[in-house]
Order: sequence, then C-alpha cells, then structure tokens
Amino acid sequence: MTIVIDDVAKVFDAGDEDVVAINGVSLAIAKHEFVALVGPSGCGKSTLLRLVVGLVKPSRGRVAIDGAPVVDPRADTGIVFQAPTLLPWATILDNVLFPMKLMGRMDARALKQARALLRLTGLEGFEKRYPRELSGGMQQRAGICRALVHDPEILLMDEPFGALDALTREEMTLELLRIWSERPKTILFVTHSIPEAVILADRVVVMSPRPGRIAEIVDVPLPRPRSFAQEADPVFQDRTQHIRTLIFGRDRLAA
Amino acid sequence: MLVLVVVFALWEAAVVFFKIPVYLLPAPSAIWTETIQIGGTVASHTLATLNTVMLGFLASVVISLPLAVLLTSSRAMANALYPLLVLTQSIPKVALAPLLVVVLGANELPRVVVTFLVAFFPLVLSTAAGLIAVPPELIELGKACKASRLQELLRIRMPYAIPFIFSGLKAAIALSVVGAVVAEFVNADRGLGYFIITATAFFKVPAAWGALIILSLMGIVLFQAVVMIERILFPWAAGDDKPTL
Ligand SMILES: Nc1ncnc2c1ncn2[C@@H]1O[C@H](COP(=O)(O)OP(=O)(O)OP(=O)(O)O)[C@@H](O)[C@H]1O
Ligand SMILES: [Mg+2]
Repeated sequence: MTIVIDDVAKVFDAGDEDVVAINGVSLAIAKHEFVALVGPSGCGKSTLLRLVVGLVKPSRGRVAIDGAPVVDPRADTGIVFQAPTLLPWATILDNVLFPMKLMGRMDARALKQARALLRLTGLEGFEKRYPRELSGGMQQRAGICRALVHDPEILLMDEPFGALDALTREEMTLELLRIWSERPKTILFVTHSIPEAVILADRVVVMSPRPGRIAEIVDVPLPRPRSFAQEADPVFQDRTQHIRTLIFGRDRLAA
Repeated sequence: MLVLVVVFALWEAAVVFFKIPVYLLPAPSAIWTETIQIGGTVASHTLATLNTVMLGFLASVVISLPLAVLLTSSRAMANALYPLLVLTQSIPKVALAPLLVVVLGANELPRVVVTFLVAFFPLVLSTAAGLIAVPPELIELGKACKASRLQELLRIRMPYAIPFIFSGLKAAIALSVVGAVVAEFVNADRGLGYFIITATAFFKVPAAWGALIILSLMGIVLFQAVVMIERILFPWAAGDDKPTL
C-alpha cells in the first residue's frame, strides 16, 4: 500500500502557546517500501507516525493510504509505540492477542500466529507472565509481536529497538528484515541510530527540528538481502556520514 | 492480633487496678460473660445488622460503578452530577433517617438507603479517579486497535481502575457498618445498633460494650474479606510488594 503525506503540518495546542510539531512535510512511500526516519529528539518523528496511523489529525495538508484519506486508525496498520505500552493486567500472550480480541478476530490461527511471533522474538516460555515480570527489552519485543499479530500491510515502528541491548538489537534487525521479505509490508521505521536506519531502509528520511520538517531524503542503494557485513561497504559509509552531517552540521563534526 | 490481646489485657488490668465502676467501663471479662449469657439474642441482632450492611454495600457497588462511568463520560455530565453527589454527602444521615422512615415505611428499606448513602461516595470518587487516570498511551493503543467506546471502557479503563475500585470498596465496606448502625439507632426493632440503645437504656452496659466489640470485629472481618477477594481475583492489582489500601 502506498502512503502519501502531502504538505502536512501539525500544531499542538499546549496551554498558553501552540507547539508546531511538524510543518510542510511531504513524503510518498511506495508499496512494500522500507523507509527509515531519523532526526534529533523533538523534531516530530512520533507525531508523523501518529498522523499516518490516524491517531492525530493534521492541522493542514492530508495523509492518504491508497488514495483514501486517513481519518481513523485502520485495521491493516500495525504500530509499535516508543514505549512498550503493555496492559499490566494481561499476560504477555493476551497482550500480543489484544488487537485480535478488539477487532473480533480471535481464533486458532491468531493464537498460532501469536505463539510463532513470541518464539521468533525469543519470548517463548513467557506467554503466561505479566509485563512487570519482564525486562524493558522483553516488553518492547512483546510490543513488536502485538504490532505484527494481525499481519498488517503497513507497519509503523517508533524506535522499536531503542530499549534493546546491542546484540539483541542486531538480531531483531535481521529478524525484521526477514519478516519483511517473507511477508512484504510498507514500513515506516523511526530510529535514533543512523547505521540502523541505513542498514534497514530503502530510503532514509532525515528530519530537522523546530519546526519539524524534512531536511533531505537519502537513497540507500545497497543490495538485498542486507547483512551487517555491508557496514564495510563504501555506500554504507558514505550514506551514514552524509546523514550525520545533515543532522549535526559540518562544523560540529569537524571539531 | 497480638496488639488486640495486649489492649484487652491492659484494659482488664486498668479496670481492676483503678476500681472503675462497671457502668462506666466494664472489664473485658465482664463484657464476655454477659454477652455469652445472652448469646442467642446477640447473634440474631448481629445477623440483622450484617444483613443491612451487606444490602447497603451491594447497593453502593451496583450504583457507584455505573455512576462513576457516567461521571467520567463527559464534562457536562460531571458538571451536572457532582453537585448532586456532594449534596447527598452534606446532608447529615442521622437527620435524614427519620424522614426516610416516613417516606419509605418502617422496614428494612430506609436502613439500606441510609447505609448506601453513608457508604457509596468514596467508591464513586475512587472509581471515577481510576477511570480518568488511565495513561493516554493505553487509550491510544485502544484507538490504534480500533476499539469502540464500550470496548475502551471494558477492556482498558475498567481493568486499569481495578486497584482504585478496590480502595473504594474497602472504604465502602467499613462505612457500611457505620451506616447500618446509624440507621438502626433511628429505626429498628433488631440489629446491634438497636441493641446498644436498648441495653444502655436498661443499664446493661457490659452487653452494650459487647455489641460494640462485635461491630468492630464485623468491620475488620468484612474489610479483610474485600482484601482477600482482591488478592485472589486480581493478584496483579494487589501486588505483594505494595502495601494494601
Ligand atoms: N500531544 C502533544 N501535545 C503537545 N505537544 C506535543 C504533543 N505531542 C508532541 N508534542 C510536541 O511536538 C514536538 C514533536 O514531538 P514528537 O514526539 O513527535 O518528537 P520526536 O521526534 O518523536 O522526539 P523523540 O525522538 O524524543 O521521540 C515536541 O516539541 C513535542 O513537545
Ligand atoms: Mg518520538
């Protein structure tokens, strides 16, 4: 499915003064494309994701999926929030199945899918545990399972690997790429890690703050399937370096 | 438990040592013997009070939960209902009770209504507080899963409010005992409240003290029952690491 973001602005009414979270953002994401979103804290990455999900409405411009304006959350969209956001009273398995229950799609297949995802993310054996019994990284992985359980066409991920240790992070990166190649999806992936963005994405959208807007869209012409060996590739090095300059400025990098 | 034993022992010793007359403060031993003597009567009064307490408490639960949902459903609803709720709390129940008897008749109903009026308010407040306290992320999760308003209420807000609801229930059960006794003071021919009034009128002071102690025990036992129910049904809410309440 294609996502079109057309000249979108989002202004939050925060008490005395308005906060312009993003302004004049335009972006088209092709069907089954993998797009990463990087930028300094507060530049509106999460806001942009919420707009695509339909959790917030644009103040100006429009967001459309396959030509239809997004007014409400859609059943074919999955989101991984920046925080794990698990229900403290539900077991890990029930948390993962939560979207299915709410959408009235609970059946044996859903259960099988949930268990398979938990196994995939290394949470096998924790199905009956409660979120507070899991580490932050494990909770975040449960949140990823939940976003994938209904096999969404569009996957929106807000720093999904932020709470993971470096090893699990690389493992999950490869796992995500594998899931994406097996069951193609359109993915918009927010991250603070520039190497992660480059190794994952077809294109990296670099945002700049106050107000949040797109500084540049960087193509990543690395062949697929990707692996961490490609970090040695001149293309990888060139692109990460270029994105760093965009975010931090040439002067600060030289200093 | 140990604390209680020590208190009673000190009490007994003080009464004997200072020669306190029995009509002022009877010794625990005197209370015990007199109460046991009329055990059957006391038991039937206890059951009558327990009945009023439970009916008043159930009424509080059945009315408070939907009321809290209404209160939190919109600002307009809250603005309309809160003044009414506060009004029910500012009316002195002892003064209201005789009027209720006139309106509702000299039967169980006015007692249950008084018990309810005394007990329900904290339950409404804490349930409403719980329904509002749901973190916005969880509401957002519900929205992203296309939850209807009813689903949001039943699957996110209500479960989140469980610990709040239980702290309201604990207050309500304790207040139900108070409410039932207030009601019995005004209108009853049975119950521990009625028993205390008649016993003191006939200077059966130890028996009246006995009834008072039974009332306190009833409060403690019912309160602990609510605590147990929370532990059994909602272990995640009762959390062993947190102090209960
Ligand atoms: N609900 C809201 N109400 C008011 N202001 C908001 C709201 N959500 C976001 N903002 C503001 O919009 C701006 C962008 O926030 P956003 O969360 O999108 O940033 P971000 O790029 O995701 O940051 P981070 O990398 O730290 O997660 C910030 O200035 C933030 O304060
Ligand atoms: Mg963010």
